[in-house]
Amino acid sequence: MTAAPGAVRDRAALAQTTASRTRRNSVADSVMAVASGAALLIVLSILAVILFDVIRNGLPRLTIGFLSEAPRNGMTEGGIFPAIIGMLEMVILMTLAGVPVGVATAIYLHEYASPVSPVTRAIRIAVANLAGVPSIVFGLFGLGFFVQFLGAGIDKVFFHGEKVFGQPALIWAALTMAVLTLPVVIVATEEALRAVPRELREASLALGATRFQTVLHVAVPQASPGILTGTILAVSRGAGEVAPILFTGAAYFLPQLPKHLSSQFMSPSYHVYVLSTQSPDVDATQPILYATVLVLLLLTFALNVAAVVVRSRMRRRYTGATA
Amino acid sequence: MSANGAAKVEPAPKLIVRDLAVFYDGKKAVGPVSLDIVGQHVTALIGPSGCGKSTFLRSLNRMNELIAGCRVEGTVRLDGDPIYGPGIDPVAVRRRIGMVFQRSNPFPKSIQENVAYGLRIGGVKDAHEIAGRVELALTQAALWEEVRDRLNDSALGLSGGQQQRLCIARALAVEPEVLLMDEPASALDPIATAHIEELINELSANYTVVIVTHNMQQAARVADYTAFFYLGELVEFDRTDVIFTKPSNSRTEDYITGRFG
Amino acid sequence: MRHLFVNGRCSYPQVTTPEGAIAMARQKSISARIVVPPVRPPKLTLAPAPLWHRAAEWLLRCLAVSAVVAIVLILVFIAKEAAPIFYSAAVRAEVTLSKMWVPQLWPGYDESASIWQPVSEIPKFGVWPLILGTVKVTLVAMAVSVPLGVGAAVYVSQYARPRTREIVKPVVELLAGIPSVVLGFFALMIMATWFQHLFGLESRLNALVSGVALSFAVIPLIFTFAEEALRAVPRSYVEASTALGAARWQTIAQVVLPAASPGIAAGVALGLGRAVGETMIVLMASGNAAIISASLVDSTRTISATIAAELAEVVFGGAHYTVLFFLGTLLFLTTFCINTLGDWAIRRMKIRLGGST
Repeated sequence: MTAAPGAVRDRAALAQTTASRTRRNSVADSVMAVASGAALLIVLSILAVILFDVIRNGLPRLTIGFLSEAPRNGMTEGGIFPAIIGMLEMVILMTLAGVPVGVATAIYLHEYASPVSPVTRAIRIAVANLAGVPSIVFGLFGLGFFVQFLGAGIDKVFFHGEKVFGQPALIWAALTMAVLTLPVVIVATEEALRAVPRELREASLALGATRFQTVLHVAVPQASPGILTGTILAVSRGAGEVAPILFTGAAYFLPQLPKHLSSQFMSPSYHVYVLSTQSPDVDATQPILYATVLVLLLLTFALNVAAVVVRSRMRRRYTGATA
Repeated sequence: MSANGAAKVEPAPKLIVRDLAVFYDGKKAVGPVSLDIVGQHVTALIGPSGCGKSTFLRSLNRMNELIAGCRVEGTVRLDGDPIYGPGIDPVAVRRRIGMVFQRSNPFPKSIQENVAYGLRIGGVKDAHEIAGRVELALTQAALWEEVRDRLNDSALGLSGGQQQRLCIARALAVEPEVLLMDEPASALDPIATAHIEELINELSANYTVVIVTHNMQQAARVADYTAFFYLGELVEFDRTDVIFTKPSNSRTEDYITGRFG
Repeated sequence: MRHLFVNGRCSYPQVTTPEGAIAMARQKSISARIVVPPVRPPKLTLAPAPLWHRAAEWLLRCLAVSAVVAIVLILVFIAKEAAPIFYSAAVRAEVTLSKMWVPQLWPGYDESASIWQPVSEIPKFGVWPLILGTVKVTLVAMAVSVPLGVGAAVYVSQYARPRTREIVKPVVELLAGIPSVVLGFFALMIMATWFQHLFGLESRLNALVSGVALSFAVIPLIFTFAEEALRAVPRSYVEASTALGAARWQTIAQVVLPAASPGIAAGVALGLGRAVGETMIVLMASGNAAIISASLVDSTRTISATIAAELAEVVFGGAHYTVLFFLGTLLFLTTFCINTLGDWAIRRMKIRLGGST
């Protein structure tokens, strides 16, 4: 049967609108693809620009001497050796204090805690919030709790009121950083424990091991790459954060390397802050400033890359050729 | 005639199971089951998949309680000692009743350390004793000749069949009285399977073996006794030759003859 | 095959151990099968675990509550140093809550205003300039980072090849790893000059510069969460939409993005928390003028920067010190709320996705 003339007209109109809708859609498709691609490009180029600028200005000054000498002449010459040592000491103390606590927390959360108990929920909420506390608040906490409460208390009891620990000190900065990086270690360790295959735990238990023995001899060794990754990431955070150490131990220039837990210390990150904002002669200190920034950047990048490498290499070693 | 060719006197039952029932989150998965596992013989549990034979097996060494929401009723006695009860330590139970799993699960350690694991956590410290018992266990698992020169290599480098025999050696090292095997050869090729079946034959001289298998022919080959499970219940339990030639229950007969499966 | 041991008795009486049996078998060149006599079965009753096991487990339990202890300690100790504002007469002589929040009429000024001038003859502690500063900088940061972060996530999850994702994810992680002091340095030294030339600005350091630099720190957060949420949208949704004749952009805009919105919202909430609390970038790049101004290109000061800049010079226990800790407590509680919201959104996302796979 033949279509009515009206239907033919409608069909043509329909074809018309369909064609224009298709054109509009293809334009919109391209716009979305281009816009989102541009967003990605912008994000990537931010990193590129920062890297390029820092490398261009900092590399000339980055020599072995820079890393091994002390600063001279009002920070216009010499190197940042004491800052590197100070940072190393602080980070080592921070790791010794924080990693065992973080790993223990994660082990408890994953292996022992009942998922519905209020204690477990409280710990998880605390960890999530600890991760979001502003770094300056950690600085305030370090000052109010470690320096002025614990430190003053120690001075009263052990040093007859003489000011030894009741002031900014290496140990307090390290402990403050340990609290700040606690969530990083906990999350990484828990993820690693979660990845331990159930069959390995079952095999251990079927051989008559207790839960503790299974955790100690099977789960934790299997999770050790993840624990190492978490430690490396924590160290990376610890090396770069400034606000927590502003009032708890960092100093701009010290005549000696920090020798005691109660000494103050220098740090490349704090150095960058002071040189950028309080330098008496901006042009003269600029080369050192750029080189310090470059050192800091290279350090954090190297640590992040190391974390990724550790994770993938040990994952291969531990999965091997399973059936 | 028993499976390994020598006439044997019927020893006392090793495991006495009475009214055993397993519940997951309130829903009954298996039971009630009552049977006597005969010592130093092979007992096979057969039945279509999902009928509860693995669940039953895992309740014999208290591995079911690792699953949240699992409840077990009834009694299981090992040589007269109850396995379940308020004062009973599941860890001690598992040292006397060992288990080998369907997919081999060696630890990512060396072959030596895999077999020695059960000894070390059991408190054995003397290096000589450990070495001797590792060699013994590997010999019993018919793996010693193949790995004697590479005891320090990673266990993950062994073939599938070798890994399964390693898991058997690992379980034997703690000298259990009963060995539970959950479809030990289902992930292996026919040659490796034949090795495992031969091994089961040899082990039955000294261990009580309970094996779950979905392969009826395997049950006919290795087992002295067979229990047929269907839909969470024990349908029939008897000597293997009786089950396969003159089953009393029609459902058993239907399964054996392949009318369903 | 000859048995060397049979049920505890040996066919070769001089052999009494398995090792001896193996040696004997080797010597005689026979294959041996060792049959192990059953040992006296140990009791099945509960034995207490060794002491050091129990001590170690107890230690685990104690250490595990450390996170809770830390959060509680933080709140307690910063609130403790801020508490004098409520009860200390010496502090209240200089500053009270109303003096902080209500605009005051100061001598020499025509109308009442909220002014932050703690170091002056008459210390003034009006907090509104600081709050305004925080809001301005955060606004700029979120306005830049949300479109960029979500846009990049859309591209990587919807358009790019898997290979691209493998390269982009580590690069973004590198961006996330840049310490905030380096971003502040970059804003201060380089971006400020660019912006000044580009836009002809009066003050080099302002809310715009610091907000944009702050977004560099927030983008990786939003990107990571958004990308994972977008990727987790089930293929079945996309297929259903395409089969109904939707164009690609329609599917993305009307099906994929809404489905991923809890995850994206979680990322945005965490980014917001980070922006509000960030210290070093704003300390170095926002100009540090605590003024009330609607303009984004005026120098400004945030709460976090104020604390960082002024705490070094205050008298311990004085009014200024107390107010700074009060501001810190405020900051802590604000980010606590924002992060709890974000966490709740993440959990909802996990439940929702877990149910729809």
